[in-house]
Amino acid sequence: MSTPTLEKSSGAPEAAQSSDDHLITLTMRVRRFNPEVSDEVTWVDYELRMDPKERVLDALHKIKWEIDGTLTFRRSCAHGICGSDAMRINGRNRLACKTLLKDINPEKPITVEPIKGLTVLKDLVVDMEPFFQAYRDVMPFLITKGNEPTRERKQSAEDRERFDDTTKCILCAACTTSCPVFWNDGQYFGPAAIVNAHRFIFDSRDEAGEQRLEILNDREGVWRCRTTFNCTDACPRGIEVTKAIQEVKRALLTRRF
Amino acid sequence: MQIHKYDTVIVGAGGAGMRAAIEATKRSRTAVLTKLYPTRSHTGAAQGGMAAALANVEEDNWEWHTFDTVKGGDYLVDQDAAEILAKEAIDAVLDLEKMGLPFNRTPEGNIDQRRFGGHTRSHGEAAVRRACYAADRTGHMILQTLYQNCVKEGVEFFNEFYVLDLLLNEVDGVKKTAGVVAYELATGEIHVFQAKAVIFASGGTGKFFKVTSNAHTLTGDGQAVAYRRGLPLEDMEFFQFHPTGIWRMGILLTEGARGEGGILRNKDGERFMEKYAPVMKDLASRDVVSRAIYTEIREGRGCGPEGDHVFLDLTHLPPEQLDAKLPDITEFARTYLGIEPYTDPIPIQPTAHYAMGGIPTNVMGEVLLDNTTVVPGLYAAGEVACVSVHGANRLGTNSLLDINVFGRRSGIAAAEYASANDYVELPEDPASVVEEMVESLRNSTGTERVTEIRKALQETMDANAMVFRTEATLKQAVSDIAELKERYKNVSVQDKGKRFNTDLLEAVELGNLLDLAEVLAVSALARKESRGGHYREDYPTRDDVNFMRHTMAYREVAADGTVNIRLDYKPVVQTRYQPMERKY
Repeated sequence: MSTPTLEKSSGAPEAAQSSDDHLITLTMRVRRFNPEVSDEVTWVDYELRMDPKERVLDALHKIKWEIDGTLTFRRSCAHGICGSDAMRINGRNRLACKTLLKDINPEKPITVEPIKGLTVLKDLVVDMEPFFQAYRDVMPFLITKGNEPTRERKQSAEDRERFDDTTKCILCAACTTSCPVFWNDGQYFGPAAIVNAHRFIFDSRDEAGEQRLEILNDREGVWRCRTTFNCTDACPRGIEVTKAIQEVKRALLTRRF
Repeated sequence: MQIHKYDTVIVGAGGAGMRAAIEATKRSRTAVLTKLYPTRSHTGAAQGGMAAALANVEEDNWEWHTFDTVKGGDYLVDQDAAEILAKEAIDAVLDLEKMGLPFNRTPEGNIDQRRFGGHTRSHGEAAVRRACYAADRTGHMILQTLYQNCVKEGVEFFNEFYVLDLLLNEVDGVKKTAGVVAYELATGEIHVFQAKAVIFASGGTGKFFKVTSNAHTLTGDGQAVAYRRGLPLEDMEFFQFHPTGIWRMGILLTEGARGEGGILRNKDGERFMEKYAPVMKDLASRDVVSRAIYTEIREGRGCGPEGDHVFLDLTHLPPEQLDAKLPDITEFARTYLGIEPYTDPIPIQPTAHYAMGGIPTNVMGEVLLDNTTVVPGLYAAGEVACVSVHGANRLGTNSLLDINVFGRRSGIAAAEYASANDYVELPEDPASVVEEMVESLRNSTGTERVTEIRKALQETMDANAMVFRTEATLKQAVSDIAELKERYKNVSVQDKGKRFNTDLLEAVELGNLLDLAEVLAVSALARKESRGGHYREDYPTRDDVNFMRHTMAYREVAADGTVNIRLDYKPVVQTRYQPMERKY
């Protein structure tokens, strides 16, 4: 890749109407890359009139729909549930649909680039396969022995609460791709896979905790974690990711979970 | 072009598709083709719960659930299907628990249940706790649990493969399923999947409305593909408007908020639902509550400077209860509105939420070619389908149930069909329709933009085909849509590439939305009565004599190439329950 260059888009919309006085002018600085056209990465500035209460996703849509249809990103639900639109916004991993413009200082150019550590396929779209492979490797499903009960398995409210935090994961990859260890070593399972292992290790109904712990005891497992807390800061669901990883480490040492 | 061969192909990886995949993979060689990565489906946005008469917290039984479903659907429900839904609900919930779903629990450690709109004991006497839930993330937990079990079963996914055509071929005068054609988003390559059985589970079509709880990607892809191949669409005029969407944004705030005790208030602070539904109040069925909200707004009792919304008041509920039972929706209010629900009411308005209609199926998920004949090897389940268990209005928590019950049924039925039957020969040049569609969009030099046509479509649908409809508004919608379809012929995309061309994707999606919006408006225009989610101000009462029947809309191409919609009707299956006036 060559050094990124800065271009100015010519498609900036007209100056504000008088009835648009709640709108502000801001600059979206987006990292563009399309290997079908060129191997070069470019940074393109788009000047937009937006309501500061709108989302970063709204700004990206405005670019795509009104200025440049080739801008490519994934998105679906647009309210922080589906996990499609994790990206690096002003240097921090966030969901574009859950980040309001007013909350990220729209007076300066807002930089948007793909999440790090996964191969960029086009613009903000990365190859998610290695991420999902790490997820699949931790056996992310309930494993039980013996005969199934006819009714539900019992679980106390307290036992249910024990793993509540890690059930919130939407597999957006914001945590894993904020982790410096993952950036440097793509083999590392990464925070999201460990979170999803935690969700089962600490589920009182599950009977394969030992197996999952052995998987995470691997050279590329939990011991690679350096406790930088990037993952916890990045999680759009507010999961205490680093704490979950620490709990898995402790379970490995004490074999109690 | 690549050709693949599978026994069973499932289109869509949301709740219904993955529930079907778990069954089909055990019984046949199965591929799941999905426009989005599996856990991106809008099933994950469902919040409040999944209905089942477990009777874990109070007396309940599946017969009451059947009755509520039939009544909630304003008697347009096929009662044999509703009975299956309610009966199999119990095992559907228990199956999910066994797959690992982390339901909220009672003090005894059983699955906890809460109240939801329209679910009652003893045929309407009072609200019953029937919704099994996991905080206000029940859909998220179902989607994750089903994906986890797909990983466990080794389900084969083709991610970001967008199905654009259904292949049927005539064998001895019978139209049979031969496969599907998909567009691979990453490469722009076209793939033919030859299959003995195909299950459509591609979800809803809410994006033809502006204010909607639906994801950007819910563009009726499966319905449109089937319709263009001459299959009927059933009851498309019945669309549900959920009472509590976030004002202007449409983001869903679960009915569970009212199940937990939340109250709707107008600008005078009045609990207005007492006037419209004296027994069930805020927990009347969704169509009733949505009309009540708009009646308040129209009569000048709306909130805010423009009087265009009402409030969902949770301020009297203890913060601990909100944190434990409604954590996500309270966070939405904080994130998107800057409002603290502990102390401030949340501005809401009805939001386009759910298509009751869709591809007609029987209770095995088999797709109908007309009122009685099935298409061998073709199945549909979930929001894309119309069984019909929701009739004219779906009860809250019955869709998470629908995807599990009928996803499972169609997965089993399709795989069994695939085991017992041979491949049908592919039609000649199977990918030609898709190749032509994609190439003409990519190469078009037209002057129309997708954005503008889509915006105009959403505006006419919101203005003319939403909660209140009349002959005049529907005629307006029909003529607007016809004009937009003309403009669409001249649409072009800016991205001419092959790699991840989402510009092209959005153009295809818009074509689907236009076709389906037209079916909705034409079907609604012909239904001169009010029933469930379809409310005609010029025909404000239900007319069982003339309209106790399902609409079946067919796309017909005349000899000169003009396309028309032909409407036919199908009888409603009635077993136990005679139609009564619907009161809550």
